[in-house]
Amino acid sequence: MQAPDRPSALPAGGAPAKGAVRLRGLAKTYPGERGHAPTVAVKGVDLEIEPGEFMVLVGPSGCGKSTTLRMVAGLEEPSAGSIEIGGRDVVGLEPKERGIAMVFQNYALYPHMSVFNNLAFGLKLAKRKSEEIRETVTRTAGVLGLEAVLHRKPNALSGGQRQRVALGRAIVRDPAVFLFDEPLSNLDAKMRVQMRAEISQLHARLRSTMIYVTHDQVEAMTMGDRICVMNEGAIMQVADPLTLYREPANVFVAGFIGSPPMNLVSGTIQGRAAALHFVGGQGPEPLDIPLEGTLAEIARGHQGRPAVLGIRPEHLVLTPAGACHLLPPMTVELAEPTGAESILYLRGAWGGLSARIAGDRLHKTGDNVSLHLPLDRIHLFDAETGLAIGRTSAGRAPD
Amino acid sequence: MLLQLPAVGVLLFWMVVPLGLAVYFSLVRYSLLNPDLRGFAGFENYQYLWEDPSFLPAVINTIVLVGSVLAVTVGGGTAMAVLFERRFPGRNVAVLLAIAPFFVMPTVSALVWKNMILHPVYGVAARALSLVGLAPIDWLGGCPMLSLIMIVSWEWLPFAFLVLYTSLKSLDPEQREAARIDGAGGAQVFLHVILPHLRRAIGVVVLVETIFLLSIFAEIYTTTSGGPGHSTTNLAFLVYSLGLLQFDVGIGSAGGILAVILANIVAFFLVRMLATSLKQGA
Repeated sequence: MQAPDRPSALPAGGAPAKGAVRLRGLAKTYPGERGHAPTVAVKGVDLEIEPGEFMVLVGPSGCGKSTTLRMVAGLEEPSAGSIEIGGRDVVGLEPKERGIAMVFQNYALYPHMSVFNNLAFGLKLAKRKSEEIRETVTRTAGVLGLEAVLHRKPNALSGGQRQRVALGRAIVRDPAVFLFDEPLSNLDAKMRVQMRAEISQLHARLRSTMIYVTHDQVEAMTMGDRICVMNEGAIMQVADPLTLYREPANVFVAGFIGSPPMNLVSGTIQGRAAALHFVGGQGPEPLDIPLEGTLAEIARGHQGRPAVLGIRPEHLVLTPAGACHLLPPMTVELAEPTGAESILYLRGAWGGLSARIAGDRLHKTGDNVSLHLPLDRIHLFDAETGLAIGRTSAGRAPD
Repeated sequence: MLLQLPAVGVLLFWMVVPLGLAVYFSLVRYSLLNPDLRGFAGFENYQYLWEDPSFLPAVINTIVLVGSVLAVTVGGGTAMAVLFERRFPGRNVAVLLAIAPFFVMPTVSALVWKNMILHPVYGVAARALSLVGLAPIDWLGGCPMLSLIMIVSWEWLPFAFLVLYTSLKSLDPEQREAARIDGAGGAQVFLHVILPHLRRAIGVVVLVETIFLLSIFAEIYTTTSGGPGHSTTNLAFLVYSLGLLQFDVGIGSAGGILAVILANIVAFFLVRMLATSLKQGA
């Protein structure tokens, strides 16, 4: 893309509070129709987004992330709570008065208008001078590489071009906050990677606040300054991508971030011979893993209580390094070699695991594999509340 | 190719034989009141038709009737579609009721209107007017064309509504939301998003309705019989009155041929218009 040639989105000098977004107790309940119980889509979301921040809302479908975004946009009326954009309460304001622009999943271009008119529509409605409109549209089209197709109709464009027009339509509004509602989900894999990079570059250049909704954790991890993981209408954790990966606050985040997801084994914390053990899995020969160091300290208060042990597939190793626990031999149920690494789905007498190991050996279904579990990579969660008890990997320097 | 032949043959036969007969009758002297007068007439029948004092009024009436009903149904249908698209309790029942007039056959609906609504003595309209202290109006006698337009519009409004409502439902809601974010108010969303989206559906409604409205007959026959005078005689009714009231099959056939030509001209332009808009949309 070309070098930035537009006025900064930040006001000169003063604090760039323009793009700060603050949600307080934001909730949305849809009334039940014909005797059905009302649906709670979002239950009391508190979220502070810094000016210029790229905040990703991620979660499974139906978790309320899109509804939250639509309430910020002004397309849905919140049932409770407040939304502040740039320090101003915007609840009850029309979308156009909120200083936002939105990019939709299906592009939502106006099919009967040329690309130029699609970009110019908002400016025309705002009664800008035609000279100014032409200049703004041409400049934006130049930034996005759309000059050659300005006269075309949307249905004569490729998916990537349509997405760029949708982006351009947001850019010409010069908003304080960009809102993205799963904008890349209709693109093919290759185009998605490219547009992902373009949106990140756009953010780096404009330095506007961006709120980005996606169900794709790769998009969330690669694009977000911070990520807000949502489930069932509530925020599970808000953190930067690495913290989210290293220190999941609860079982849900642990299982949602990472691919394949973290292995989670249910069991109890038991004290034996002056040491704490995690005992879990099914069958006569349960998994028995000693807890060491700080984790043992933290887990002491949970002795005798049900717990969930988490270990990431990529942390399981074939050859031990450091303090490891040798797991009982397991059978390969499915092997997925991807070249650099292989993903193994394993089953033992006590339960199943997935492991991501170096791809230098070809494993076949039915092979027996003995894996080592590094004791300094364990996450422990309270089985009742789902909250993290502690982890041994916390605070470790990145490898 | 060979297997299609029977179907094509039947269609051709179906179309060509009546058309050929009509052309033939329009070129001969063929009056049932004067059976002795036979033989080739050339364009005499067409000349008589042109000179008939009811011909020009019939053409004008046809245009007025088709144009007015189109305007009422497309305008009203669009308004109803936008209205019914909003959620309200009992919407499905309301839609069903709104469509219902389309299922009433033309003769029945014309009789209902004539005897139960527009009748100056028993009619609902007369009763309503007298309730507010106004004198009842003899609708079919005083303003026959307006009455006819009301009846036919009532019959065809459901069709326009149904087509436009269905089309409106296929509009991506994100487009409307995008327009709202771009700062468009309700009227601007309607003008710049909804109306362009409905353009094709409106084209279909205009095409289909025009073809049917050009040949409106039952409503006229049951209500005004083309009168008073020629005030509600359209081309279809004129053909009937020439052929089966004045028993001059020759002149009646000439009128029929003119109507066919007129309908084809209209259809030609409409189909072309529709085809271009379909191509743009594809």
